[in-house]
Amino acid sequence: MTEQIPRWAQESFWKKVAVWVTGGSFVLLVILTFDSMAKISAGGAKVPAYSVINLDVSYRYDKAKQRFQPVIGAEAPLFGKLLSENEAEQLVSLGKKTVQAKNCMNCHTLLGNGAYYAPDLTKAWLDQGWIAKESREQMMLNFLLDPENNARTFGSNRKMPNLDISQAEAEAVIAFLKWMSAIDTNGFPHNFIALGEGE
Amino acid sequence: MANPHLSGGRKLALHYFGVAMVLFMAQLLFGLLAGLQFIFPSFLYEILDFNVNRMVHINAMVVWMLYGFMGSVYWFLEDESGVEIVGLKWGQLAFWVLTGAVAVVVLVYLLIQIGSGSDTSLWLINEGREYIEAPRWADIGIVAVMLVFFYNVAATFAAGQWSGIAGVLTLDLVALAGLYLAGMFYVTNISVDQYWWWWVIHLWVEATWEVLVGCIMAWSLMKLLGVRRQVVQTWLYIEVALMFGSGILGLGHHYFWIGTPEYWFTIGGFFSALEPIPLVAMVVHSVYDAGVHRFKNSNHPALAWVIAHAFGNFLGAGVWGFMHTLPQINLYTHGTQWSASHGHLAFFGAYATINIAFFYLAAQQARGNVWMGGGLADGWRWKAALALLNIGVMGMTVALLIAGYEQSFIERAVEGSTWAGYFAAQNHPWFIQAMVWRMLFGLVTLTGGGLLFWDLLTIGRGEQRLAPIISEA
Repeated sequence: MTEQIPRWAQESFWKKVAVWVTGGSFVLLVILTFDSMAKISAGGAKVPAYSVINLDVSYRYDKAKQRFQPVIGAEAPLFGKLLSENEAEQLVSLGKKTVQAKNCMNCHTLLGNGAYYAPDLTKAWLDQGWIAKESREQMMLNFLLDPENNARTFGSNRKMPNLDISQAEAEAVIAFLKWMSAIDTNGFPHNFIALGEGE
Repeated sequence: MANPHLSGGRKLALHYFGVAMVLFMAQLLFGLLAGLQFIFPSFLYEILDFNVNRMVHINAMVVWMLYGFMGSVYWFLEDESGVEIVGLKWGQLAFWVLTGAVAVVVLVYLLIQIGSGSDTSLWLINEGREYIEAPRWADIGIVAVMLVFFYNVAATFAAGQWSGIAGVLTLDLVALAGLYLAGMFYVTNISVDQYWWWWVIHLWVEATWEVLVGCIMAWSLMKLLGVRRQVVQTWLYIEVALMFGSGILGLGHHYFWIGTPEYWFTIGGFFSALEPIPLVAMVVHSVYDAGVHRFKNSNHPALAWVIAHAFGNFLGAGVWGFMHTLPQINLYTHGTQWSASHGHLAFFGAYATINIAFFYLAAQQARGNVWMGGGLADGWRWKAALALLNIGVMGMTVALLIAGYEQSFIERAVEGSTWAGYFAAQNHPWFIQAMVWRMLFGLVTLTGGGLLFWDLLTIGRGEQRLAPIISEA
């Protein structure tokens, strides 16, 4: 009986294939992971250093690459304070911990991942909803501290609940959002016209 | 649960199935609350906000599926190894520890909800990372429970006999437990955070869970249809090769937009396109096995759910996944209701269905291997539950797909992804209409779920006939 089964249909043949394919794929993934980690560390090619929050951040279409790219400009310190690399990292970290502890991701999306009940925060810092660069920081602060009374629901009636965010946490969340908006996301979102970039 | 028909391992499995069904109902209930908030945003505002309902909805799903898988493995462990479970006492203890921990986590989610931006909140309340929100203390507990589970499985096979299914299962559990560690640390850099987060989410759902389900499916096909072990195991190896061969590097389709290098476009796109192949193979194999036996089987409800699994896995995970994973389209569909549409059909089709099939296999044995074929008393119940659940989930999937198309076009393509564009899409009558359809089909799903629960508690009670013996082909 067994002799009649061709080699390619035998259990032992597929067992070997399964082992080699799994092992091979995993080894490749580990190699690619080392390479990716080197490229996405803060200050690397794709992810900016945390001190980028001291600079102007925008997002423009790159003709050569045919996609949108973050553009880092002149000095524009957040809340008028120029921070060292270390201070910037601590502030962004407090912002990210706040975003996690307040469970933001189960309404919003970050880098496109999360729930879909509220807008994507990937480029939130650059959104035209903040009207002008001069009003942006204060508007974001007001919104985070009292979302119900500063709600901008665009007629949807969906409002962010009050999440007991302190002043320090709110400033840190804004720092986190500004830093995140400078990550090179390979052109996502497409067609997004950043605040101050004209029509 | 005193039951003369069951061994220790099978009694423990029934505990797991019981909790799984309760969590399944919780998943449906909180999904319904979250869905309602899309239509009536002020519903439960600042009491149970969308983020809480949605978190309980998705966490209940992940946990009930794991309970179902663990229960299924405990169910067939003794049968497959030929010996009693080694260290069953530890397994029983682990069950109560896990269940107690799940209850505490859910209570904290509902009553405390959020904390300050500190490590304490991440350790005690919520990690705020989609699908793996459980606080850090619970993560450590889950790993401990998984180690006990692994010990039960590996030690039992070591004491009894190893089979192909046993080997694949044991190695798969190592990967399953190991991958969870990739989601257990805090980093400030969100690109790095999301990179490892996907190791847990994708490599669990699209690799280790699929292979685990392959093992469960292999065992059930032998019991249900009397398929020869050699045939089942050969297919299992083919599936492992295809599933890991496409799934491990298919991880790349999540690395398009999170700050990762561009080579992931090519790798992610290519391996995503391969990912449906094992699922096609699974459908062909299941339908062929069923057809060879002219659908002669020992448990009608279980076979019906296995068939629902084959199609649901192929459609939901394979077709619906592939529809939007290539970067060429994903640039517009990423982070829209497309993902929700795919998620609903894939989790149901790939995992809920096979767990439910197993619940029916267990119910049959728990009542003394009774008849579960045609002419079963109250047989309308399992049929109606099957129909309502499948129609309900398919309806939700289609409604969310329509919403996803609308959102991709209006918010992304036309309006350029600003917040104003986001709300232009969310306020559009086409979107709202789709959300109302989703709600209606959600209610159908809930009705089906309730009926399923009732049926599982009562099916086969008082049945005197014994199940037919299905011999190997």
